[in-house]
Amino acid sequence: MSKQIIVPFGPQHPVLPEPIHLDLVLEDERVVEAIPSIGYVHRGLEKLVEKRDYKDYVFISERICGICSFIHGATYCQGVEQIMGIEIPRRAEFLRAIWSEYSRMHSHLLWLGCFADGMGYENLFMNCWKVREKILDVLERTTGGRVIQGVNRVGGVSRDMDAAELKRILSEIPSLRDDFTELTRIFDEDLTVQTRTKGIGILPKDKAWDLGAVGPVIRGSGHAVDVRSTGYGAYDELDFKPVVRDEADCYARCMVRAEELFTSLDLIENAIDRIPAGDIMVPVKGNPSGEYYARAEQPRGEVIHYVKANGKKNLARHRVRTPTLANVPALVQMLAGCELADVPVIVLTIDPCIGCMER
Amino acid sequence: MKQPQQTIETIAVEDLINRVHSFHDDGYRLVQISCAAEGEAFEVTYSFDKDLTLTHLRIPASPDKPIPSISRIYLASFVYENEIADLFGIPFTGIAIDYKGTFIRTSIPHPFGSSQISVVKKKPEGQHE
Amino acid sequence: MSYLQKSPWIIHYDASSCNGCDIEVLACLTPLYDVERFGILNTGNPKHADIFVITGGVNEINKEVVQNIYEQMPHPKVVVAVGICACSGGVFRECYNISGGVATVIPVDVYVPGCAARPESIIDGIVQALGILEQKRHAMNAGVEGTV
Repeated sequence: MSKQIIVPFGPQHPVLPEPIHLDLVLEDERVVEAIPSIGYVHRGLEKLVEKRDYKDYVFISERICGICSFIHGATYCQGVEQIMGIEIPRRAEFLRAIWSEYSRMHSHLLWLGCFADGMGYENLFMNCWKVREKILDVLERTTGGRVIQGVNRVGGVSRDMDAAELKRILSEIPSLRDDFTELTRIFDEDLTVQTRTKGIGILPKDKAWDLGAVGPVIRGSGHAVDVRSTGYGAYDELDFKPVVRDEADCYARCMVRAEELFTSLDLIENAIDRIPAGDIMVPVKGNPSGEYYARAEQPRGEVIHYVKANGKKNLARHRVRTPTLANVPALVQMLAGCELADVPVIVLTIDPCIGCMER
Repeated sequence: MKQPQQTIETIAVEDLINRVHSFHDDGYRLVQISCAAEGEAFEVTYSFDKDLTLTHLRIPASPDKPIPSISRIYLASFVYENEIADLFGIPFTGIAIDYKGTFIRTSIPHPFGSSQISVVKKKPEGQHE
Repeated sequence: MSYLQKSPWIIHYDASSCNGCDIEVLACLTPLYDVERFGILNTGNPKHADIFVITGGVNEINKEVVQNIYEQMPHPKVVVAVGICACSGGVFRECYNISGGVATVIPVDVYVPGCAARPESIIDGIVQALGILEQKRHAMNAGVEGTV
């Protein structure tokens, strides 16, 4: 047996937009074990819930992460609305679903780009981000913010979209679909992508379940786990079918995300078709009391917002279990046995969002 | 749509391992482990998922009473257990990958552990407010 | 105009930011904003870099990493703090693990506020940093004390 050496990976590393550190135990070129160490982005924002009004805290929960920001805000509101027994207007739920799908597309395109960059395919990276700007334009036009939207409120949303805007969004969808088809085709057929992803970073079906993976990671290993199937918010009225692949490798996880771009477009068309007229916010009085585990599907997988209140204007506890934290054990499993040169690609396929993970 | 009500079952620490074993045998997925202060003491909640329905188990906890780790049953629990150990100061015994307090390194030990924390911010040199 | 100013290289580090500003920094490099037309290149190596673009309020274990990267950069160098968290700690100022801005750890030359900072203002900040970089270079060549 050859000698074992430990190679540190991160926290500052060219393929990582965010800091995470891995200790890779190597035998020659092969990784025997990977031990993640985190904490570079831990801010302790869950503690702030004890200092801020529960209504103001929506803005902090949106800043857990700048990529999945909208869905964080919406899920926190969902939890508080549940314990206060508030029924928000149906139109607000539809608007939340539309914005959620837009932020999912922006996140997936961002990831596809970073993934291409991680493989050294810079041209593809630039193209993904070029298309992503179109999504950000819609988000900015309808909410005022490119990456942090700030439209969620306890009791609804603060901005409406008028009929002309909804029509405009619908008219833009076909060209987006063309862009997505073009991008997906490259990921699906290009030799560079295939040699870097196929058969690499295997996460067997039973292991994926056992290790509690979520999102595209578990769906790429053949489990149809998508919280949108539970029909939270407006999703009960939309035609949703989760994207599942069976290959269980980096390629499968990549294609799940690519195919979900189309699911999101379908859901938006669906939602605009069925959005009811009416108010977008209900007045909220009093303070919450009780506890609830609110869950939603983020671009990276299932997120749990635990809120606990005891009748004061500050909540007693807010706890977020983000998808990246749940995917870390799966990452450790994928890395064992891979080659050192594949580590960046495998790390990227769980779509690590460290800001979320450590809060 | 109105969300379903959630039930949380409180059990004794001694029953934890057996109950989690039966969840594992029934094919549940471990969703999360969370901790919250309850009066002077703490409570640790384990959530499991099957067919997209959440089931919760809750045990009482305190910093001077170690909790047996479930990482021999669900390996994934090591991230949550290390996190709770670091943030709340509640010890776990037998974690499969035990970071021994270095998983999340904070400026003050166990920030969620005691309610008496005051953070003093110094003005940085040369910065105008 | 010196060659340095025509093609400054930047290094970006996320010091406990929420990602919002980081993805906007990355967006600056991509086709819509395309700072590479100014000769600005993103590098992963501190020893290649002239401008340190840093986001986030700097938490406990990042202090050392930030200082380390800063010290590895060659003179002259400028630091651009992007986003309100990097400027002052922002909404996270009261968090127990946040030191409250990059200036608590290393000297900052340009502050770019915003949550998240827009690509336009980030580019503006970097262009201002170029002027400061040039001044520092002159001071260094003239042998002013404390610049090397």
